[in-house]
Amino acid sequence: MSRPIVADYRLLTAAGILSVFGVAMVYSAGQTDTPTAVATVYKSQILWLLIGLGFAYGVGHSSVRFIEWVTTPLYLLSIFLLGLTLVIGKGAGTAASTKSWLAIGSHRIGQPSEIAKVTVVLMLAKVLANQREAPKSLLDLWKPAVVVAIPWLIIMLQPDLGTGIVFIGIFFAMLYWAGVAWPLLILIASPAISLILSFSVGLWGAWFFILLALVLWYRPYLIEGIVLMVLNVTTGVIAPMMWEKLAPYQQNRLKTFIDPTADPRASGYHVIQSKVAIGSGGFFGKGFTMGSQKRLAFLPEQHTDFIFSVVGEELGFLGVTVVLSLFLWLFLRITQVAERANDSYSSLVAFGLMSGWFVHVLVNVGMTLNLMPITGIPLPFFSYGGSFMLASWLAIGILMRISGEGRGSALSLYR
Amino acid sequence: MSFHPNDVARRARMSSLALGLGFVLLVGAFFKTQVIQNKQYVMQSEENRLRPIPLPAPRGIIYDRHGQVIAENLPAYSVSITAPSVDSLRSALAQLAPTLQLGQNDINLAIRRYRRAPTRPTVILADASIDIVSVLEEHRLDFPRLIIQSVPKRYYPDGPIVASFVGYTGEITESELNDPKYTSYKPGQSVGKAGLEKQYENILHGREGVRFDEVDARGRPVRGEGPRPDLTAEGAPPLYTNIDLDLQKFTSGIFADSLQGGAIAIDPSTGEVLALYSAPSWDPNKFTGGIPVEYYKKLLDDKRRPLVNKVIQGRYPPGSTFKLATSVIALENGLVTPKDHMPVPCTGGYQYGNRYFRCWEKKGHGSLSLEDAIKHSCDTYFYQLGLKIGLSRLIAGGISLTMRDRSGIDLPEENQPYWPYATEYYDKKYGPRNWSNAETLNLAIGQGANSQTVVNMAKLYTALASGGMASRPEIAHLVAQRKPIYKLSPDLQTTLLNGLKAVTEAGGTAAASALSGTTAGGEQMKLAGKTGTAQNPGGADHGWFVGFAPADNPKIVVAVLLEFGLHGSRAAHIASAIISHYLKITPIQATMDEG
Repeated sequence: MSRPIVADYRLLTAAGILSVFGVAMVYSAGQTDTPTAVATVYKSQILWLLIGLGFAYGVGHSSVRFIEWVTTPLYLLSIFLLGLTLVIGKGAGTAASTKSWLAIGSHRIGQPSEIAKVTVVLMLAKVLANQREAPKSLLDLWKPAVVVAIPWLIIMLQPDLGTGIVFIGIFFAMLYWAGVAWPLLILIASPAISLILSFSVGLWGAWFFILLALVLWYRPYLIEGIVLMVLNVTTGVIAPMMWEKLAPYQQNRLKTFIDPTADPRASGYHVIQSKVAIGSGGFFGKGFTMGSQKRLAFLPEQHTDFIFSVVGEELGFLGVTVVLSLFLWLFLRITQVAERANDSYSSLVAFGLMSGWFVHVLVNVGMTLNLMPITGIPLPFFSYGGSFMLASWLAIGILMRISGEGRGSALSLYR
Repeated sequence: MSFHPNDVARRARMSSLALGLGFVLLVGAFFKTQVIQNKQYVMQSEENRLRPIPLPAPRGIIYDRHGQVIAENLPAYSVSITAPSVDSLRSALAQLAPTLQLGQNDINLAIRRYRRAPTRPTVILADASIDIVSVLEEHRLDFPRLIIQSVPKRYYPDGPIVASFVGYTGEITESELNDPKYTSYKPGQSVGKAGLEKQYENILHGREGVRFDEVDARGRPVRGEGPRPDLTAEGAPPLYTNIDLDLQKFTSGIFADSLQGGAIAIDPSTGEVLALYSAPSWDPNKFTGGIPVEYYKKLLDDKRRPLVNKVIQGRYPPGSTFKLATSVIALENGLVTPKDHMPVPCTGGYQYGNRYFRCWEKKGHGSLSLEDAIKHSCDTYFYQLGLKIGLSRLIAGGISLTMRDRSGIDLPEENQPYWPYATEYYDKKYGPRNWSNAETLNLAIGQGANSQTVVNMAKLYTALASGGMASRPEIAHLVAQRKPIYKLSPDLQTTLLNGLKAVTEAGGTAAASALSGTTAGGEQMKLAGKTGTAQNPGGADHGWFVGFAPADNPKIVVAVLLEFGLHGSRAAHIASAIISHYLKITPIQATMDEG
């Protein structure tokens, strides 16, 4: 590299403010009237942040080509670690019954799925960047599909629906960024949409005709079209019929497989308390560390999955708007980085990382208001957790590097 | 992939749009929750963390006419618990059972209480001993939801002596809660169940207060001082009664354990009830906070029926005490003068149609004036007086003397007396033409279709004592209510009075019960009254005495009924003793009279 690398300070600032804000909220989450172990976790969170910053610094001083070079080994390593969780995995938090943690004895080391979120983005970017043309048929998509499907299947076996949703979000976002036409994206998603709509014959019927029109207009290969329609009929008609035939206990098993927190009383209670916390915060909030719902332990998992409820309760609508604006600022900035990246790999990596975080924010924040199912996925830079903090700052490091190597230098972005 | 800058820029624009849309949706959702629905959630959060603990209010103290305490409140400890569900209550009770010595009954009762009001603390022990309380205080941390409170407990220092009119209190029942009268009451509160406690519930019950404890998600109290100001319990004002506790104690002492019956003493000028006692009595202190099953069963099984109030609930034929009513009706209608004698002199009975009606005195009384007829209680005289009046006028007269009405005493349990509403009563009961005029003879001497409560007879005699002004008996010291029930000239009134005085003079039916005291003027103090025998088909006859003293300036009317007392003279002794005690004189004790 002959050109001097200029650090993308806006990116750094957005991520930095979010992280410091996050640590402050983790500290506040520990301030309960009856002290618990949560009272001191902010210290480890600071430690993780510092380690993360070190990672980011290191990655920021490597190069995009190096990152591309280690993509495949890193991807394979993360698949291996993910596989390991099925053997020696442990659960935690709202997903205590799952096996997303790597643990030796009772000591939890980390969550490989957090690292996998980054490596899958890298691998997907590499595969998509190597295809000269944007995928135009379902067959063209087999490579990227396999890249995501392997870790996704392992994660669904843990089972960790939240992370599974993030992977799907990343997959679609990156296909879009790679130039896959939107009708094709809809076709890919159609069996899942059929499944969701299968509860109503009318809705599913309407969807089926829309799909039919789309297939006739977009004209994929004949065999693909037939397979697609068969899949939609299967998920939309036959699956519900099979479901009816199942005994209630079998249905319950499937339900808990899809959603490990499906205990309606427990999760319902969590969401109600979270809404009460946020709603009672009002416009200005109850004051930093002063949230009564949190202090009196009505708020569950207040330092991890429900940390945004603490923001809502203590800092009010004002605090919520500030945090969401910071995220928006960061995401728009990364979109710019992706837009001006030097090559397609870098561009895809940037957009993929951003879309992963976006799904996190949307699902996590939506969950605190009961707009999204409780899937137990953390809020980036806020939720207490070492693996995610490390992975996030690793991603920031990669983004800093991509931004630095971007066209016309990072400085040109300051127009 | 297609990586033309124009394509990328287009996708970036679309993505930014999607990001912005997501941002707007989330911010909008938070705006709705935090700003628009803020109040609702603030309320929910308060409900979450604030546990309201009811503070029971002390009931009003009940005093007698001299300021002596009839009912008061003692400090007691109540143990209660809050629980989120029946299951959690069950397990907590199972843990507490050994310490609190809870039986299965107590546990079931607590669960019933919980079901009635799950949001209020469930009372486990209404009156815990200090030993239990100190043990619980030591294990406070093990049972964060336990509430130990000092609560007022109703106490009647004289227990059984005052039970007949004071009643008792207890936990409000399901059916009472459904009563519109108790709309402001909450499950678990105590309420007057009988007697004055029930009659004056609206005066005696205080306003419950509430304390707000701040608790965490597990129900553990976290802060000492209340986050919201307490609403202190407001005690009720005292209730002053007309009862003379000293006389009440004396009255109950006379009945002791062996006699059964009832007595009431009234000030005839105002209707103030000085004493009201039904024997045998029961202990209202045992009733407070739940009636023990064994004690209640014992009372129910007692043949002497302690739970029936003999003064206001028991109905007995008034017998000869009613002859004064017959006299009043005859005099008011001008059917007899004090000098008149009846056509047939008493030879121990009276032949009417094909039936022979006996006088109680087999030897006969000869020809008598009204005054002597009252003195000797001559049945033959009154049979003929009744015939003179005629059945319709006799019934109408009885009705205007309030023989069909409750006395109106301020007790909720009073029964209505029996007295025919008209001659149609007999048509209905026996069928038209299936009864004879002989009923007139029976009614005239206080038998037949006539059953009176002791209190109602006392009320009749307040009128006799004060020239026709009947006073409604009042236990609580409120506004006296008097109403004339008959009107007689002073001469005629004197005739009646002389007759009543003669009853306790030599030769009268209660001569042995005469008073020994003297009036301020130095005259012999006279007791005016009438004995009576209530025929009891189920056993020995009941004995009556209703009278007043001093005869010329009545200060006290006393009605006494002795169940299975055979004759009124024993009742007269009791009445005489009560009056003497009240007027602070000693009665003459002499041999029993016949009559």
